[in-house]
Amino acid sequence: QVKIWNLTTRQCIRTIQAHEGFVRGMCARFCGTSFFTVGDDKTVKQWKMESPEHGEEEEPIHTILGKTVYTGIDHHWKEAVFATCGQQVDIWDEQRTSPMCSLTWGFDSISSVKFNPIETYLLGSCASDRNIVLYDMRKSTPLKKVILNMRTNTLCWNPMEAFVFTAANEDYNLYTFDMRFLESPVTVHMDHVSAVLDVDYSPTGKEFVSASFDKSVRIFPVDKGHSREVYHTKRMQHVITVKWTSDNKYILCGSDEMNIRLWKANASEKLGVLAPREKAAMNYNQKLKEKFQYHPKIRRIAQHRHLPKSIFCQIKEQRIMREARRRKELNRRKHSKPGSVPIVSERKKHVVAVVK
Amino acid sequence: MAEDWLGVEAAPSGSEAEDEGREDGERRHRQLLEAVSSLSGRRRRKLAERTEASVQVSEFNVSCQGTGEKLVLSELLQPIRPQSALSSVRKELSRVKRKKPVELPLSKEEAERVVREAAYVRTSKDVGKWQEVVLQNRRAEQLVFPLRQEIPTLVPLEHAAAAWKARTPLEQEVFALLHRTRQPITDPLLTPAETASLEAMSLEEARQRRAELQRARALQSYYEAKARREKRIKSKKYHRVLKKSKRRKALKEFELLHKSDPEAALARLEELEQLRMQERMSLKHQNKGKWARSRAIMAKYDLEARKALQEQLARNKELTEKVRVELPVEEPDEAVPEEEPPAARPVAPSTANPWMLGKPSGLAPEPQLQEGLGGVAEPGAPGSKEDVEEDEKEEEVSEEEALLQGFAQRRQARRAGSPEGRGAGETEAASELLGDNPISAKGEASPGPEEPPQAQEEPPQAQEEPLLSEQLGRVRTMEEVEALGSEERAEEQKPSAAGAQQRGQQRREGSARAKRAKKPAKKQLLSLQAVLAGEPREAQCPSLPLVLEEEDGGVDQRGVITEAFAGDDVAADFRREKRKAEQAGKPRAVSLALPGWGEWGGGGLRPSAKRLKRFLLKPPPAPPRRDQHLPHAIISERRNIHAAAHQVSELPFPFEKHQQFEQSIRTPLGPTWNTQRAFQRLTAPRVLTRAGHIIPPLAADDVPAGGPGPGSTAQPQRAAGQRQEQPLGRPRGRRRP
Repeated sequence: QVKIWNLTTRQCIRTIQAHEGFVRGMCARFCGTSFFTVGDDKTVKQWKMESPEHGEEEEPIHTILGKTVYTGIDHHWKEAVFATCGQQVDIWDEQRTSPMCSLTWGFDSISSVKFNPIETYLLGSCASDRNIVLYDMRKSTPLKKVILNMRTNTLCWNPMEAFVFTAANEDYNLYTFDMRFLESPVTVHMDHVSAVLDVDYSPTGKEFVSASFDKSVRIFPVDKGHSREVYHTKRMQHVITVKWTSDNKYILCGSDEMNIRLWKANASEKLGVLAPREKAAMNYNQKLKEKFQYHPKIRRIAQHRHLPKSIFCQIKEQRIMREARRRKELNRRKHSKPGSVPIVSERKKHVVAVVK
Repeated sequence: MAEDWLGVEAAPSGSEAEDEGREDGERRHRQLLEAVSSLSGRRRRKLAERTEASVQVSEFNVSCQGTGEKLVLSELLQPIRPQSALSSVRKELSRVKRKKPVELPLSKEEAERVVREAAYVRTSKDVGKWQEVVLQNRRAEQLVFPLRQEIPTLVPLEHAAAAWKARTPLEQEVFALLHRTRQPITDPLLTPAETASLEAMSLEEARQRRAELQRARALQSYYEAKARREKRIKSKKYHRVLKKSKRRKALKEFELLHKSDPEAALARLEELEQLRMQERMSLKHQNKGKWARSRAIMAKYDLEARKALQEQLARNKELTEKVRVELPVEEPDEAVPEEEPPAARPVAPSTANPWMLGKPSGLAPEPQLQEGLGGVAEPGAPGSKEDVEEDEKEEEVSEEEALLQGFAQRRQARRAGSPEGRGAGETEAASELLGDNPISAKGEASPGPEEPPQAQEEPPQAQEEPLLSEQLGRVRTMEEVEALGSEERAEEQKPSAAGAQQRGQQRREGSARAKRAKKPAKKQLLSLQAVLAGEPREAQCPSLPLVLEEEDGGVDQRGVITEAFAGDDVAADFRREKRKAEQAGKPRAVSLALPGWGEWGGGGLRPSAKRLKRFLLKPPPAPPRRDQHLPHAIISERRNIHAAAHQVSELPFPFEKHQQFEQSIRTPLGPTWNTQRAFQRLTAPRVLTRAGHIIPPLAADDVPAGGPGPGSTAQPQRAAGQRQEQPLGRPRGRRRP
């Protein structure tokens, strides 16, 4: 079932019984006139964005019957092309019922596929055998494969930096990669205390938001290892998907208890029109905060966030575990031949291999 | 297969002889066939002659028989023709032989891998072209999203107009009108008439004229601005001065006029007179306004206000002056009663006196005099005289007495039979009181024309009879105002310093001597021939001690303070404290000598002096104190724990030296310490987005062709930012890809 909502009135405009079984993925066409869904019934359907007129039946524009179950779909940013993933990555032309090409590398179910918004022929996908595979649509070949310690759930390309993408991993971390240097991630973002299920970039490319199984949503700056903000509410359960609106002001998240939540991207920002003086004052305050951010008391205020007890305790636990591991490694290094226990940086730790 | 082959071979070898003849026939047959085929012109395709053994043997042309010629080995080895075309083939063959054998084709996986690798290298190269843009954007001081802002293009009016045509009848009509009057419709912005005029005037002229006009306009605007500014000046003093100067100017002019053209001067005078009369008729300067009243209240405390009030009163008087020429007869008339009071006193005061006698203040003599005056004057000008008298009285009356006195007055009034002005309000009374102040002042200032003031006094005063109870407060203040004002004037002009002194003495003498003082005081007044002037002089008395007191207080202040803090010498205390701090700051020598160590003896022994000296650790001298040349300061260089909780304990990441960090903290951001522009620049947010504006991802056509990127909007700002950043030495942490 697919529901279309009006965000301003918070009302469901339209309900479509799109597939039999789960709807595994959906994406909108770049022009915003239609959207695609894939479901467990091995079909890909294209729907109109506006609701049918009175008396008209709710029917998809196109329906494609596939051979295998599709688990995800993404649309090209400029052309009438979309990609689905399942057992392999298929690239489809909107006008045809058979894929333009199928890209495979090994046999495994692929959980998500994403087009690069800038270099639109690039595709990234993550499979359940812990790897991230990049594809080139022009040559219709895969490019490279990175195997991480644990499975990657989703990845998202940076809309302002063509070669940067972030992967949301099961090991509670997010990894930002530069696709030219896949040997180690550029940054490891760690703050979640459970598997990260979804990630989405802000349209400015400076931050991204991640949804986690630990019932919280976090916002990370791209170049920082820790989050700047954490969102949670008492009733919000495991957050499954998250999206950043394209005007950079809001974040939408969908969670297990069947709710969609709309958050402000910058929690302390005032909505609505600001008087020039007010704006100046805001900017000034912001700059002051930035200037004195290293002062202990100010840092304490700026960084203080309330967390639910479960997350708080888990964080503490994680810290203890990490500390213990570190200590153990130190001890091992101390008591073994020098050089036999090398120092591995945190970034390198999580990458198992890069397959050409 | 081998047996088959053998069989085939064997068969012909066995029956060679028998086949001889048949073979001959066959050959002939073939020749015939050849001939026939050659006849037909088209050569038949020759069937390949098979000479080798094979599985698939054609039954038609198997023959092991040669042509009959003998084969020689050398023939076989040699080429058919000595310079054969095969040489090139042989060469090639040899070349091929020299080459290594071709490798096995790659396995599918490997082939794919090669393709992948190549594709990856190529793609990453492609993607690498964004590096510049990305770095720019990361370093940008400010990014405004969406990066590409569409600038609305302005279509010039002519273009817009050209596309437009008159359609409706109204439009057509308008156009027809325009055409008829030869107005410019499209491009030429001048009408024919204008062009003609343009031609008429030369450029030079036009320029000159324009400059003139400009100058005139500028001047006008300056004057306007000046006038506006002047108008907006709030200072009362300024306006007063201005007015005064204007008046003076007018006077001067008038004098000039008088000299040059007496007739005109006369006319002018007339005019002035008219003006004055108008002014007098109007209720201006009646001292009833808000301002006047407030001044009256303030006058008690404020010298300025007092002065202002005086001035105002003087003005009022000046304006309301009746310009009738006094008859000389009147003066003696008035003078007589003035002289009379001593005699008349027993008559009128008989009512008031019992109360007056009980008065503790030295004000007593005055009212009596006035009353006396009033009593005598009654028959002459009953209403007015009485009023004067009343006023005079009011000034002296203290609160308790006021009521009683009021009764007396009323009685008097009844006797006088002048019930006019009954309904006058208390405010009026107050203002009236104010009104008669200048009179007295003037009387004092110029003792000569004492009569006219009195005459002036009459008209306004004749109007009312005061209601008593609510007046009291005001009366008091007025009294003092008057007194103070007159005192000032007295100081200025010094008309009778001795008299004033005398009065001061009088005041101090107190109520006991009041009665005795009455007569001399009165006489003095009379001798000064200032009936009204006397009154303010009297009233001025309370102010004298007041001023003295103030002065005393001013002088005493110091003394009081010194007296209060006589015990502690702060400076010495501070010196002591500083010495102590210095002592505490000095590094102390540490003795490491242990008693009993290395000596014979038991406990309780003191280590020997030699040993003490030997084990004494002398620390190096401390660095000079920072306050050693500052006698009035103690600078403590110890770490303050309470402050430390608020201080940064370690150098934050991007900084390399603590000086850099300190400088960054020291640089002020606020508008108080920066210009507005600098403030705006300093506080500009790093990323600017607008609500409801979709930010598209970077577009592929934004690729820099080795030049500026799509973030060109951010470039100037970035440049500025870098310039500004460098002094701070604040490298921005950027990630290394």
